[in-house]
Amino acid sequence: MGIAVLLKQVPDTTAKISVSGGRVDESAVSKWSMSPYDEYALESALQLKESGGGDLVAITCGPARAAKMLTDAAAVGVDSLLHILVEDLNSLDSTQVQMILAAAVARSSSDIVFCGKQAADTNAGSTGPGVAHLMDASCVTMVSEVASDGSLLTAMRASPNGNERVAVSAPCVFAFDKGITELRRPNVRGIMMAKKKVAETLGPADLGVDISASSVSIVGHTPPPQKPPGQKFEGADSVAAVVGKLRDEANVI
Amino acid sequence: MDVTVIAETSGDGLHPVTAQLVGAAVSIGGTPTVLCAGGTGAAEAASISGVAKVISVIGDCFGTFDGAAWAEALNSVTGGDVIIAAASPSGREIAATMAAIRGIPIVQDATDLAPGISVTRPIYSGKAIETSTVTTPCAITLRANAFDAAGKGGSAEVSTVNQSADVAVAVREAIAKASERLDVAEADIIISGGRGMGGPSNFSHLNEIADMIGAAVGASRAAVDTWEEIPHGMQVGQTGKTVTPSLYIAVGISGAIQHLAGMRTSKYIVAINKDPDAPIFGVADYGIVATWEAALPALKEELSKL
Repeated sequence: MGIAVLLKQVPDTTAKISVSGGRVDESAVSKWSMSPYDEYALESALQLKESGGGDLVAITCGPARAAKMLTDAAAVGVDSLLHILVEDLNSLDSTQVQMILAAAVARSSSDIVFCGKQAADTNAGSTGPGVAHLMDASCVTMVSEVASDGSLLTAMRASPNGNERVAVSAPCVFAFDKGITELRRPNVRGIMMAKKKVAETLGPADLGVDISASSVSIVGHTPPPQKPPGQKFEGADSVAAVVGKLRDEANVI
Repeated sequence: MDVTVIAETSGDGLHPVTAQLVGAAVSIGGTPTVLCAGGTGAAEAASISGVAKVISVIGDCFGTFDGAAWAEALNSVTGGDVIIAAASPSGREIAATMAAIRGIPIVQDATDLAPGISVTRPIYSGKAIETSTVTTPCAITLRANAFDAAGKGGSAEVSTVNQSADVAVAVREAIAKASERLDVAEADIIISGGRGMGGPSNFSHLNEIADMIGAAVGASRAAVDTWEEIPHGMQVGQTGKTVTPSLYIAVGISGAIQHLAGMRTSKYIVAINKDPDAPIFGVADYGIVATWEAALPALKEELSKL
């Protein structure tokens, strides 16, 4: 059983984003982290590996700085690391990213894939379903938990009416929502072992993927529109005035 | 330009965002064909102004949700230059899979479209806005409440197509939500509580107010992580739901950047917090510096007068 977890490095959710010259200035991002949903995917992949065995590979597609995130994944127990080096990930379209990741999964001989339901930078959520299609695998999104059940895998997923437990067989892709378990933190031994772990680093061309012509081109970035400053009131006595404004100015109640 | 619109459903009918998808399709010069998975909402879709055609797609695969199977069945009944769906969990998955089947790009979570096709979307949790152009054919998902809805009064032809696909995701068990409350992702008014509420039992005050104004009750990540009685389904923010209601009332929520990411595009924001320096006041249209213990009874009283 080969398990792969797809990870993306994004600006930490607490990091400030600044725009200069019509582009987000990535060099000004103070801290880069593993995308939050990917953390839950990683945790669940580690648990599946621990309960059922198998080799767990962490795969990322991104610039050189993303190597740090792979080392972090190794520190909590990932067996091997695969880094597809793409300096400007934003220049790729969804098809190119999916082709790269599906080819990387195939190279790792994995048939069970974990990923986040969407990355915290683009908030898209195209990768899991797209990679599943390219792998000819089944896909479950909005997953909070995965367990093995004989030759099948079961997953808990969010549904419009609550939750559903579903069963699939490999090959399959699980796109994670926030998981139900605590994320593990690396211990000293894990961190020391991870330093010795070398990622296999390849380019898209090594996987036979052409990234020369993207169908999406970025025109520009802007800071979010500034709302006019709001009105601030002191004390609970002002509630009546605010309700009046919601009714008469805003027309929302 | 032929646009395929994937109808978004809610229960047995259409979700209001479906009329917004049609409105957006028309705004970029598209001729919309609406696909109704499992036939849900087909008659209603036909009455949306501007819709050229409705295809009700009936098949065994639509009994439970398997995004890949739904996408395969829907994909085979129509062509089109552009696929438009809602940026909901199911809309995102179906559109992404259809794009992968066709080998075309997808841009998710758009908040504005212009002919060309120019797509605007928030990135980095709304800390920046990106405008890009995408070549056709392509797929685009749209954030709810960001586009003007098409009106009523249409009378499009409805055709029914039998088309199923192999289901690979078997539902073993459905676990219903503990409460029958409106979901924050569906609501036009949301009242949310944070850790400042002091304890999960105090959310009953938010429930009472929600019942008075037809609102959903949400929560901050801090509240969800602190109290197990507050389920993750209520969480608004970075690792919860992104919402754009007409009115968002934040009570005892300081306004961590992760929370703001999920609600800052709400049309009107009211913040109730005892700390005058809480960051939530930075995004609030109306801020009330008060404890919830003092403000919520007053709010109940005022709303009961409406």
